[in-house]
Amino acid sequence: MQKQLAITSCPHIRSRKTTQRIMQDVCIALAPAGIAGIVFFGARAAAIIAVSVITCVLTELVYEKMMGQRVTIGDWSAVVTGLLLAYNIPATAPLWIPMVGGVIAILLVKMLFGGIGSNFMNPALTARAVLFVSWGGIMGSYPVTRFMEQTADGLSGATPLAELARVFAGQATLAEGTGLWDLFIGNCPGVLGETCKLAILLGGVWLILRDVADWKIPVSMIGTVFVLYLLTSGFNFGLSLREVLSGGLLLGAFFMATDYATSPQSNLGRVIFGVGCGLIVFVIRAYANYPEGCSFAILFMNVVTPLIDRYTMPKCFGEVKQHG
Amino acid sequence: MAEPQKKSFLPVFLNGLITENPTFTLMLGMCPTLGVTTAAMNGVAMGLATTFVLVFSNLIISLLRNIIPDKVRIPAYIVVIASFVTMIDLFMQAFLPELRAVLGTYIQLIVVNCIIFARAESFAAKNPPLASLADGLGMGLGFTCSITLLAAVREIFGSGTCFGLQVMPAGYQPMAIMNMVPGGFITLGVLMILVNVIKRVAARRSEERKEEKLA
Repeated sequence: MQKQLAITSCPHIRSRKTTQRIMQDVCIALAPAGIAGIVFFGARAAAIIAVSVITCVLTELVYEKMMGQRVTIGDWSAVVTGLLLAYNIPATAPLWIPMVGGVIAILLVKMLFGGIGSNFMNPALTARAVLFVSWGGIMGSYPVTRFMEQTADGLSGATPLAELARVFAGQATLAEGTGLWDLFIGNCPGVLGETCKLAILLGGVWLILRDVADWKIPVSMIGTVFVLYLLTSGFNFGLSLREVLSGGLLLGAFFMATDYATSPQSNLGRVIFGVGCGLIVFVIRAYANYPEGCSFAILFMNVVTPLIDRYTMPKCFGEVKQHG
Repeated sequence: MAEPQKKSFLPVFLNGLITENPTFTLMLGMCPTLGVTTAAMNGVAMGLATTFVLVFSNLIISLLRNIIPDKVRIPAYIVVIASFVTMIDLFMQAFLPELRAVLGTYIQLIVVNCIIFARAESFAAKNPPLASLADGLGMGLGFTCSITLLAAVREIFGSGTCFGLQVMPAGYQPMAIMNMVPGGFITLGVLMILVNVIKRVAARRSEERKEEKLA
């Protein structure tokens, strides 16, 4: 058991911020997106969310019991991981998908690296990447919502992102695709927690107001994608706005890129992190084979985070520049 | 290691097989370890081919250890190792063409396999022929066992089979990432954890036994 007794000089300010309270705030912020997912994709979405959360919490509990460690499921972080994982799964996926994903997220990515705060990549995103690469057929088939025109198999032919990619390539016009309002309220195909941008924005604003997440990461990430699309599409405002509202960009920017353990500490570092994420999202969406690159972008920047931290650490007061 | 001490066959052999297992302890030869271990049979073949080269290169280098000038020892080792790699490569092309096609260039890459170099440099060049032979055999079989285990785990999850036999139930959907490089790294890491746990438990047991004897 670690005993951390940091001795610093006074004054000591007691903060009421605890891991538990922060994580509960994140859960509250995630709730609207989950409710929207259930509204748009039906009870199936609720089942996936439940299985994912239960698997994550149980995995952490069993691992800590087995290892004789202090049980930390009371800090709610496993619940957050479970929710985020579920939001990255299409509602049509079989229930073993969130189970496998939950075990990968908690056991492989979080606990084996030392538990909360020691993971070097976002657990939910890593699990999603493993699931996506392993079972692309299941993870990459997006259902239509209950309010859209039903197709024979309940799956959609093209996601908004695929439509936009064709617009970007000059093969289609914006008018053919999903409307801006449908994109905003979430009436479009996608994984279950990412479609309703309204709910995600509500949650994101809550996080920022409660001082849980720093606005710099999501704003710089989303801004970078928007600006890069504006510049490369000849200032096509509609296209750029739709790109921002499509796929997992908002969900990733507000809830996953802001993970404390895997994002930089300093203000400058956070901006670099956000811009880097946005740049990679843009490059993957616009020029690579995958339609969406949000998760890979954030994972990549997670890995770069220690490097960013190292070069952007602010100088201590009175620290003298070293002479070579 | 203490150089002048005489080394007998069995401890040296077991050292390579278990204590200093090239894959899980020394972490050598990672290129074939991650590259070819998608099916258990590939692991066996790759391991045995490496073992053959390792045993004979260790033996020859040990015999020549007082003749090879220090300054040109690396090129000299390469000549010896490359000769045996060429032999096993031609042998496989003639008698096991399908396996050779699967393993492809990894067979030729045995020339630069760091297990073989490491053993030549740190063991065969300083020890008598019989001990070097034992070291080559132990290290080679240790490598074979570990990469076969790794390959079997990856094959079971990545294809639902083991040595080509169906082991997973019919409805099993293969986990494709296990056939890719990330799956190799993940499996290697997990197996390494398990090996370390087993070693630690074994060490504790033998410690306890000693204490019991004293008491």
